[in-house]
Amino acid sequence: MSGAALAGAVAGAAYIVAALLFILSLAGLSRHERARGGVVYGMIGMAIALVATVWLMIADVTARASGTSAWAQPTAVLGLVLLVVAVVVGAAIGLWKARTVQMTGMPELIALFHSFVGAAAVLVGWNGALHTEGIAPDLIGIHHAEVFIGVFIGAVTLTGSIVAYLKLSAKMSSRPLTLPGKNALNIGALLVFVALTVWYVITPALWLLIVVTLLALALGWHLVASIGGADMPVVISMLNSYSGWAAAAAGFLLNNDLLIVTGALVGSSGAYLSYIMCKAMNRSFLSVIAGGFGIEAPAKDGDEVQGEHRETDAAAVADLLGSASTVVITPGYGMAVAQAQYPVADLARRLRERGVQVRFGIHPVAGRLPGHMNVLLAEARVPYDIVLEMDEINDDLASTDVVLVIGANDTVNPAAAEDPGSPIAGMPVLRVWEAANVVVFKRSMASGYAGVANPLFFRENTRMLFGDAKERVQDILATL
Amino acid sequence: MRIGIVAEPEGENRVAATPATVTKIRRLGYDVAVERGAGAASSFPDSAYGEAGAALTDTAEAWSADIVLKVTAPTTDEIARLQPGTVLAALLSPALSPALLTRLAERGVTALALDAVPRISRAQSMDVLSSMANIAGYRAIVEAAHEFGRFFTGQVTAAGKVPPAKVLVAGAGVAGLAAIGAASSLGAIVRATDPRPEVADQVASIGGTYLPVDVEVEQSTDGYAKATSEAYDKRAAEIYSEQARDVDIIVTTAQIPGRAAPRLITAADVARMKPGSVIVDMAAASGGNVEGSVAGERVVTDNGVIILGYADLAGRLPAQASQLYGTNLVNLLTLLTPGKDGQLAIDDDDIVQRAVTVTRDGAVTWPPPPVQVSAAPPRPEQTAPTAAPPRRGLSRGSRIGLIVLGMAALFAVCVFSPAPLPQHFLVLTLAVVVGFYVIGNVTHALHTPLMSVTNAISGIIIVGAMVQLTIPSIIVQVLAAAAVLLASINVFGGFAVTRRMLQMFVKALSADTSTPAKGSHR
Repeated sequence: MSGAALAGAVAGAAYIVAALLFILSLAGLSRHERARGGVVYGMIGMAIALVATVWLMIADVTARASGTSAWAQPTAVLGLVLLVVAVVVGAAIGLWKARTVQMTGMPELIALFHSFVGAAAVLVGWNGALHTEGIAPDLIGIHHAEVFIGVFIGAVTLTGSIVAYLKLSAKMSSRPLTLPGKNALNIGALLVFVALTVWYVITPALWLLIVVTLLALALGWHLVASIGGADMPVVISMLNSYSGWAAAAAGFLLNNDLLIVTGALVGSSGAYLSYIMCKAMNRSFLSVIAGGFGIEAPAKDGDEVQGEHRETDAAAVADLLGSASTVVITPGYGMAVAQAQYPVADLARRLRERGVQVRFGIHPVAGRLPGHMNVLLAEARVPYDIVLEMDEINDDLASTDVVLVIGANDTVNPAAAEDPGSPIAGMPVLRVWEAANVVVFKRSMASGYAGVANPLFFRENTRMLFGDAKERVQDILATL
Repeated sequence: MRIGIVAEPEGENRVAATPATVTKIRRLGYDVAVERGAGAASSFPDSAYGEAGAALTDTAEAWSADIVLKVTAPTTDEIARLQPGTVLAALLSPALSPALLTRLAERGVTALALDAVPRISRAQSMDVLSSMANIAGYRAIVEAAHEFGRFFTGQVTAAGKVPPAKVLVAGAGVAGLAAIGAASSLGAIVRATDPRPEVADQVASIGGTYLPVDVEVEQSTDGYAKATSEAYDKRAAEIYSEQARDVDIIVTTAQIPGRAAPRLITAADVARMKPGSVIVDMAAASGGNVEGSVAGERVVTDNGVIILGYADLAGRLPAQASQLYGTNLVNLLTLLTPGKDGQLAIDDDDIVQRAVTVTRDGAVTWPPPPVQVSAAPPRPEQTAPTAAPPRRGLSRGSRIGLIVLGMAALFAVCVFSPAPLPQHFLVLTLAVVVGFYVIGNVTHALHTPLMSVTNAISGIIIVGAMVQLTIPSIIVQVLAAAAVLLASINVFGGFAVTRRMLQMFVKALSADTSTPAKGSHR
């Protein structure tokens, strides 16, 4: 067996092993006990895939040069040098980012990472277009179509993720962009893409590729820009899915089953995750994938939930907590923004030491990332057996003495349950208003990201505690 | 406007307002007139009402107020005392007393039935049925303890060992849960039955043991207990018979709105109970859950079992019941007084206000229209805001259609595409399915780590870029190198960040076992 053939066979086998390890990795990640094992599987799988590919590259170079002078070829040397440099630099950046990122900045980082996969997919697709030698003539049309599909998905992921990153890191307004006829724009872009693909298959031309790249970049931008900040958990997981499909498309292009398997795994699991999120928010899955959902909120007359809110101060809240026997804390994105998870965890610990039953109620879409609140509370060492999901805690809220709403808004909005005309009507929410007392920590009376006014603030049993959540919680700790 | 608090007839100890609620009513802008002696049976002296700012008046004056608050339904004589145009709020049982509603309507009275408050979250603070059921459940246990010739709690004393009493509570609604809580805090062993298995946790949370009826039950779609199947009824009857033989005290709370109470305990079951056992039938007034119970009476059977059919259990705690009833009323008045200016305004478009208003402008307005319709503005079109009920997925038919269509498309592509493609599609399809199944049931808390690990894994595109690095073309190589760089940020960064996150989760676990927080519960 020649060197190249052997390397090909070994790489094929290694890819199967790697694919299996990736499946085990994802399976492991769905349970606490097996989660760390899952990551290890993933790392081993990735290492096997990389080593096999490096061997394949070397064998390829050797075969191409067909002789002893393989390493005399400048391009071969250049390729390997570039590989080493790129991997080292990339690894250094990746590890550094991973080490320094704040847990509150996790959503931004993951969004940014998604854009890298998208960018890589675009580059791989371009390379596939630039280098077509060695492809059977009857397959060349399919090859061209694959290039287009790969570049298209990659570019949508790229700009979509960048917009998500910008919105999450508040470098861009998180208000949804509403261009007139936005759905027509999206569908039109898809139709144009199909037309361009057909055109390119018939007469391949570089400018078509450039046009389709720009088109996809614009579409990705528009898709995510039309989505409001509150829907970011769904968007992130949707982009995660897109990045998987981008990898799968690259696999078709390069005839590489590992890429297809892995891409499809990531793509379908990401899609399923978004589906779970959508169900939690009572949104239609299709309209999320299409981008810019929930915008057709009926224009409200605005003043029907106006009312008087009652303000309170830290000392009064401390008193209230001191006399309570059950307390539920429902955190939201505001807790992440204010970095209040440590004082909140401290508050929970202190109350527990006094024999108060403290639990956390987490809405499935609290925060800007699925499971965002769980990560923050885990960081602050809140034992996870007192961190409950919405469904687990909702029925207990009516018998709770005090609910602390820390930086949550739409996820505790009674309008979702009671006002059929509300834009968030029907979305399951934490029914905090059933508790005896509700204290809302908030910066001001502004609406949440969904832009919906919250009648909770005007309830008789609600008290508002204005200011930075972290400082206010620390004030309470000082008085307690 | 002036609000009159009238004295209740003989046998009703509750009163519609306490001094504390009078203060709250006055804060809404109303004047309050209290009939002398109205609160005496609930231990609220006239002087306390006076201090709260109420005017003390005679019977006629209290009845002539603009709004009359009462507990029990008015008698014919009492209706005659009301002025036309008066608003009356009381427990009217509109479903069971159409004649009363007609009389009130003829008199021109606007009647508010407090027991018609819809059971929605917003109206909980006005839900008299719940607040009274809570008191009644507690009192049922107190009555049972009074009749029962033994301790509730088990004790080991110098004079010998006392076994704890065993209590069975049938029905774990508000009253049932209150009874379970009261009995278990007295130290008894408490068991509870209920056709809704989901109440098991609630029962356990206040110290009871839930006895499931272990047959297959049809899931009710609306969350209410459903008319149950034959097998279920048979098994439930067996459970009651078994329990009757074993327990000392039975409290039954099963009621179905607008129908006779279901028969749960038969005469044969009662005959099996030990002498001295006590049964409290809280549904005696609506037909009784227990064979042989008499509404309002204490009955002793031949085998010495005491059956209490008291219908006024909540009224036996008059001060407490008046306080909760009064607070429910204040909450209703707050809703009806949007301006807090002492002017009552009933808004027909509000579900709660519409539901409690049972007569108005000389007409009987019970039953209210179904909730959905009354939520829509009362316009002739009747079409507008069906805004957003929980979104439904595709219909079954179109879902199957889509699946078939997808399969056909896949089939067509594989049939007509050349060599490597069908194989790729096979791999793709299988991987998609595996992806869905692998992720199913993922713990919510792990969504973020899962996402970051899938993100790292999607960096696999690096393999594609690496293969392209060997292509002898500078442009391609540079582009591929850029792709490798980006993808490797993903691969390394993604795995590292996931590990970091998971480490925190594990820390939380060990923190839970080591912090002193647990010890403080002892």
